[in-house]
Amino acid sequence: MKLSVQDLNSHYGPAHILFDIALEVGEGEVVALLGRNGAGKSTTFRSIVGLVKQRTGRIVFEGKDVSDQPTHAIVKGGLGYVPEERRIFTDLTVEENLEVGRQPARPNAPTWTREKLFTLFPNLGEMRSRQGGRMSGGEQQMLTIARTLMGNPSLVLLDEPSEGLSPKIVEQMVDAILTMKKEGVSMLVSEQNLHFAKLISDRAYIIERGRICFSGTMSELDARPDIRDAHLAL
Amino acid sequence: MAFYFVQFLTGLASAASLFLVASGLSIIFGVTRIVNFAHGAFYMLGAYVAFTLTERFSGAIGFWGGIVAAALIVAVIGVLVEMVLLRRIYHAPELFQLLATFGLTLMVEDLVVLIWGPSDLLGRRAPGFKGAVDFFGQNIPSYDLFLIALGPLVLGLLWLLFQRTRWGVLVRAATQDRDMVAALGVNQKWLFTSVFAVGVFLAALGGALQIPRDAVHHAMDLRIIVDVFVVVVIGGLGSIIGAFVAAVLVSELNAFGILVFPKISIILVFLVMAAVLIVRPWGLFGKAEAPARRTPGLTVNPWRPLTSNERLAAIAALLLAAALPLISGNYALTVGSEIAIFVIFAASLHFLMSVGGLASFGHAAYFGLGAYGVAFLAKMAGLPMIPSLLLGPLLGLAGAAIFGFFAVQLSGVYFAMLTLAFAQIVWSVAFQWVSVTGGDNGILGVWPEPWAASPSHFYWLSLGIAALSVAALRVIVFSPFGFALRATRDSPLRGEAIGIDGKRIQWTAFVIAGTVAGIAGALFAYLKGSVFPDNLGISLSVDALVMVLLGGVETVSGAIVGAVVYKALNIWLVSQTDLSKLVLGSFIVLIVVAFPKGIVGILETLRHRRRSDAPKPAVLGIESAE
Repeated sequence: MKLSVQDLNSHYGPAHILFDIALEVGEGEVVALLGRNGAGKSTTFRSIVGLVKQRTGRIVFEGKDVSDQPTHAIVKGGLGYVPEERRIFTDLTVEENLEVGRQPARPNAPTWTREKLFTLFPNLGEMRSRQGGRMSGGEQQMLTIARTLMGNPSLVLLDEPSEGLSPKIVEQMVDAILTMKKEGVSMLVSEQNLHFAKLISDRAYIIERGRICFSGTMSELDARPDIRDAHLAL
Repeated sequence: MAFYFVQFLTGLASAASLFLVASGLSIIFGVTRIVNFAHGAFYMLGAYVAFTLTERFSGAIGFWGGIVAAALIVAVIGVLVEMVLLRRIYHAPELFQLLATFGLTLMVEDLVVLIWGPSDLLGRRAPGFKGAVDFFGQNIPSYDLFLIALGPLVLGLLWLLFQRTRWGVLVRAATQDRDMVAALGVNQKWLFTSVFAVGVFLAALGGALQIPRDAVHHAMDLRIIVDVFVVVVIGGLGSIIGAFVAAVLVSELNAFGILVFPKISIILVFLVMAAVLIVRPWGLFGKAEAPARRTPGLTVNPWRPLTSNERLAAIAALLLAAALPLISGNYALTVGSEIAIFVIFAASLHFLMSVGGLASFGHAAYFGLGAYGVAFLAKMAGLPMIPSLLLGPLLGLAGAAIFGFFAVQLSGVYFAMLTLAFAQIVWSVAFQWVSVTGGDNGILGVWPEPWAASPSHFYWLSLGIAALSVAALRVIVFSPFGFALRATRDSPLRGEAIGIDGKRIQWTAFVIAGTVAGIAGALFAYLKGSVFPDNLGISLSVDALVMVLLGGVETVSGAIVGAVVYKALNIWLVSQTDLSKLVLGSFIVLIVVAFPKGIVGILETLRHRRRSDAPKPAVLGIESAE
């Protein structure tokens, strides 16, 4: 098992946000975490990488309990995180943004170089010295993913990669994610867009009001339109 | 012509050290978001250590090696400070960081005197730069030429460091988004420590390079820090180029101001700063940033007016205090009057800082202006006591109205730096304008009239005015104006959105606080019978901050308790030890690290917990839900 989360509970100040979250990602698997706005997807990701400090529960990554480690140590261990808000360093150029993410190669994960990433995201290759703040939303989204890949992660938490992107860019994003999967990167991808999730994932969890309320393969989810309508439809 | 050119070069030479210190402050602020008040102290330490090393080791290698070694040694001290102290307060509200580093400054001032003695030290001339260059009959020290070349050189090196190294890229990334850098696997702790080390190295180098030009003394920290604050406010906090340009600008203004307007040379820099702030509040090269992060609350205890029982208790306490003359002698009554006056002063700062969210580091300016106002009226205009007491604080009001107008354009650390700079300007005027203020000799013979002259009568007068002032401020806190002020403090944007003119509300609050401080100062002048520049000095401003902090920033009545406890402790301490700055500094650091809620805050938490044992109070370092 690549990642296993058990009994995860998180708080923002006095507010209890996540309740007993349990989920797993297998080796080489792409798993979707589906849910509406405010269901707790981003908080789950932020809790896994330790950006939410008020959390309890066990987070086991590659067989090691990382729940007590600080964020940078968890990420350095090979667990990459792509935040929903993108959080590009707007004053830095594309190449400098990538440099911030650079980590040494890892034996159990594919190794990424700038050149390799520029073939994965050709748009980025054409604007190497452009400032992050002068890029379109889609380009920024690609840059965040590329930046995280520079750390040669074996697992990536991808928070709403399709959000706010044009259909054409979404297509490129699907291709990129499938390439990453083929290279051997495991992924946990949060999504609101069921169609997008179906194109990329093997399995799915549905989260609602901070609780996991469904877990199964994509075809199992297809067989349950009632669940889809109750938790995902707008 | 040649004379002016030489004057220009002298200005450029002074700019070198100023730039080194200011760029260090900017770099540290950029990443850690801490305005390091102790930066002046590191500058001073650099000079002292360099003095010792260059005296010890002879020759050119001894000198230049000593300068660099001094900067390195002080950088190591800086690293220790960062690891032991700053790491504990990165998540604390800005005010606490400013105060802790200020406490550190106080400690260093006393330690320096302990180690190197109180007298000025004259360092060696720099080997190879001992002479002067002749320029059309004017002499330019060749060391000045060296410094002139050094400034741009350091600027270039810093540029390379930040643009061309991985460390520089990481630092620039962290300046923008610290959490994201951590989320990419970079250990922020060491990044912060290394940034702090570089910043302190620059400050110490700036100090060490001053020894061939200037005497080393134990007040050089405050002198440079005020200039540095002016530089970073003009240049833009976080911008190295801005620090360079502003350092040159400020140094040239100083160099030529003396020639052109000898009387108002100090005010000239202030005028330029004010002009820059009106046009570009974030400085010439700074970036207009999103409003600074809100100061997170330490506790979530909603404020409420006193219940009728508590009102009775307050009146009982007041009556008890009024009964003091029945049991104690004249000395205790004089101390009592002083404490009552400081209750007024602390309450006025509390109003500005806790209710208004504007932590002023120069509140003593308005206290002192009130005192000088009384002294002018009583001594020069010959007015009797009551009109003087009533009109004197108007000088505090006027000062607060002028400075407050500029200060409230800023917030957070910029506000703190600006208020400190203003206070320092008022102090310099009081100190330099000897014909009016008497300079260092002050104005003597401001004695109360016979009806108020006896210690018990003056005590009752002070106590009465204190009670009225505190009550008036409390009424304002719970008035619609007070609500608007707190709304602006907590969320300026939302306040604007419901039609509150935030800047005007804050300006009004600044004027109210300045006036009340002026009232305290007016009484103080009569209590002491004299007025001195120290009545508007930095240490008095810090005293007031510590009183509020000690009582509890986030409580309504903390200032009163804090003033009483602190003033009593202070009077006792000064009678006990010569190292009062060291003790006071350690005390401030201790409060910030260990008891950030203050006395009243702790009591309230305990009472709250007893009343309802369930809800845990949210603690320091709370994650904001944004």
